[in-house]
Amino acid sequence: MMYAAGIDVGSTQTKGIIIDQDQRIIARALGMTGANVTRAGANCFNEAIKLAGLNREDVNYIVGTGYGRYKVTFGDAQITEISCHAKGAFYLFPNTKTVIDMGGQDAKGIRVGEGGEVKDFVMNDKCAAGTGRFLANAAEALLLSLDDIGEISMKAKNPVRLTTVCTVFVESDIMSYLAQNKKVEDILGGVHSAIAARTISLVRRVGIEPEVTFTGGVSRNIGMVRALEEKLGMKVNVSPDSHFVGALGASLFALERALAGAERAKQAEGEPAASSTAH
Amino acid sequence: MAEAAAAKTSYQGQMHLLQKEIMGRYFERLTRAAEQGDGKAVYMLISGNPVELVHAFDMVPVYPEINALQLAVKKVALPFIQKAEEIGYSMDNCAYVKADVGMFLGDRKTPFATIPLPALILCNYVGCNVYLQWFEHLAENCDGEIYNLDVPFLRDPSGVPSKEDVEYVVKQLEEVIEVCERLTGKKLDWAKFKRIVALSGETGELWSKIKALTKNVPSPYDAYFDSVTMMAPLYCLRGTEDGLRFFETALKEMEEKVRMGTGPLPKERFRFVIEGPPPWPFLKTFRDMFSKWGAVAVASTYSTVGGLWEFGFKHDANRPLESIAQHMLQWNVTNRDFRQRYAQIERYVNEWSADALVIHSVKSCRLFSAGQGDMREYFTKELDVPTLLIESDIEDPRYFSEAQLKNRIDAFFESLEHRKLTRDKRLAGGKV
Repeated sequence: MMYAAGIDVGSTQTKGIIIDQDQRIIARALGMTGANVTRAGANCFNEAIKLAGLNREDVNYIVGTGYGRYKVTFGDAQITEISCHAKGAFYLFPNTKTVIDMGGQDAKGIRVGEGGEVKDFVMNDKCAAGTGRFLANAAEALLLSLDDIGEISMKAKNPVRLTTVCTVFVESDIMSYLAQNKKVEDILGGVHSAIAARTISLVRRVGIEPEVTFTGGVSRNIGMVRALEEKLGMKVNVSPDSHFVGALGASLFALERALAGAERAKQAEGEPAASSTAH
Repeated sequence: MAEAAAAKTSYQGQMHLLQKEIMGRYFERLTRAAEQGDGKAVYMLISGNPVELVHAFDMVPVYPEINALQLAVKKVALPFIQKAEEIGYSMDNCAYVKADVGMFLGDRKTPFATIPLPALILCNYVGCNVYLQWFEHLAENCDGEIYNLDVPFLRDPSGVPSKEDVEYVVKQLEEVIEVCERLTGKKLDWAKFKRIVALSGETGELWSKIKALTKNVPSPYDAYFDSVTMMAPLYCLRGTEDGLRFFETALKEMEEKVRMGTGPLPKERFRFVIEGPPPWPFLKTFRDMFSKWGAVAVASTYSTVGGLWEFGFKHDANRPLESIAQHMLQWNVTNRDFRQRYAQIERYVNEWSADALVIHSVKSCRLFSAGQGDMREYFTKELDVPTLLIESDIEDPRYFSEAQLKNRIDAFFESLEHRKLTRDKRLAGGKV
């Protein structure tokens, strides 16, 4: 059996996926990236092979992705998370035409082609407005857990209108609403709506065509899923693995390369070539 | 994805060596003017510069933009930028202006030259109104005389200036001649001036030929990263024998490279057109991000900021002032509107057989960067030209985020590679 791994070293978290040669996910690992990027990648990979019950040498090909991809020194290749998110989203939802990815410091829009390839993409400017970090700061200002704010935001009846999407200034904005006795759910409703609006206007630059698949860490936030759906007026695909899509896409690229390598080796030995999924 | 075979290749040929030599002499001339009073300096803007007139009076052409970019290349710009911010320039203000003003208000000593004070500040205002204030600020802080040369925008959709516009600029050039005569105490020698304009004509012709060579596959040189080496002689030494010799040498070298089938990279895998000036403080790092992918610029709009020669313009010694006026009005990218800029890029994409367009947007230049989002949209959606929009700055190192640029460039070439692969397979009749 052949195995392939994808390690996505993001700005906040590191994600790892191992798949078998039939593209079945056999392990997922997650850790904080922290200061030592190389170690974060290695730890995540070790955790993933442990969960899969494999040894290092059982994994035929490893692709690193995310900002820390060049630090995945044990990997065989590096591919940007933009290509990986497109590929991973296409695997989970084969009708995906648009990917909205919201990570710790990034927001992206990707137009996906027929085969899961990137046709066009846009990313947020050098500014973390409208990203996971913005939500984390909002949660912190309200002394709430990041995991809870999505649920709470859905209870909003009169969401506030945020004057800023600046990740630094959001805290003072929230303070001023608290001082006006605004309800926490209404403030969070405003926070989610502001980010959804900003992200959609970013993604519109590449064009939004259904189906839309939402990926990245923020896709775990149900409030954000609803806010995006409401503003887009369409359903948004979210998978329990949406958070791992970058790593998943990387593992799929890794598998293609492992299979292509095996095919080349076979051809070199003069055996008839098996059909490959690599393209 | 491409395996990074030749990440750090850039060629340093004869042209580069000669450029260093002649530009070294030019900077020595600036220092002599500054420190020994040898020659009167004329400050000018690059866009549509009338350097022929300055040479005709044996005055010394000085370009504050070149000073600024040299400070950035030598990685000493930031303290000057901060000095300008301390005296009130905003963070968003053009960083060329800030670096130069910061330097100008000190002792004007730089790692490449001591910059002379100007006898004349000739603000050949083309396209940028921030530059107008830049020159006015310099004038406030020295005894140099200022002349604002008002060049009307090329506002007719035909892309041709009216007779009145040409006359209006010629009239002003005649006034500039009077100013120079007064400052130098000598009359303009028309025969000499015409010889200089004729030299400019020949130089422009050579430059056009050099630029056409990048239509070859592989391109003999990078039309962005290597063109910038040829731009300084084009502005500082156009109309001189030194300048002409430089372009003769460069043409010969590039033609030889075409014959040999060699280019700046071991293997040319992608050809792109690039819009916008380069990030001077990180030029090499930026270049390597493209070299890694085997990507070579085959045309650039930046190499036309000082003038557009490759589409047929030539300085005419028989009509010296009119042809200088036409250069400023018409054959100058910064004086053109967006549709004309689109048309120029489209021509590059088609005639230079490019795979893609890269737009490098400048954070501290809103004037020329505004609208580049639409440009991206136009090329991607209307013309189906894969287009990448990235952003940093021409001067201010604080705007350069290496990780973010790398990510965007890598992702762009990953998708371009897929596009190419699919097309090749289709052409080969294989399964896609």
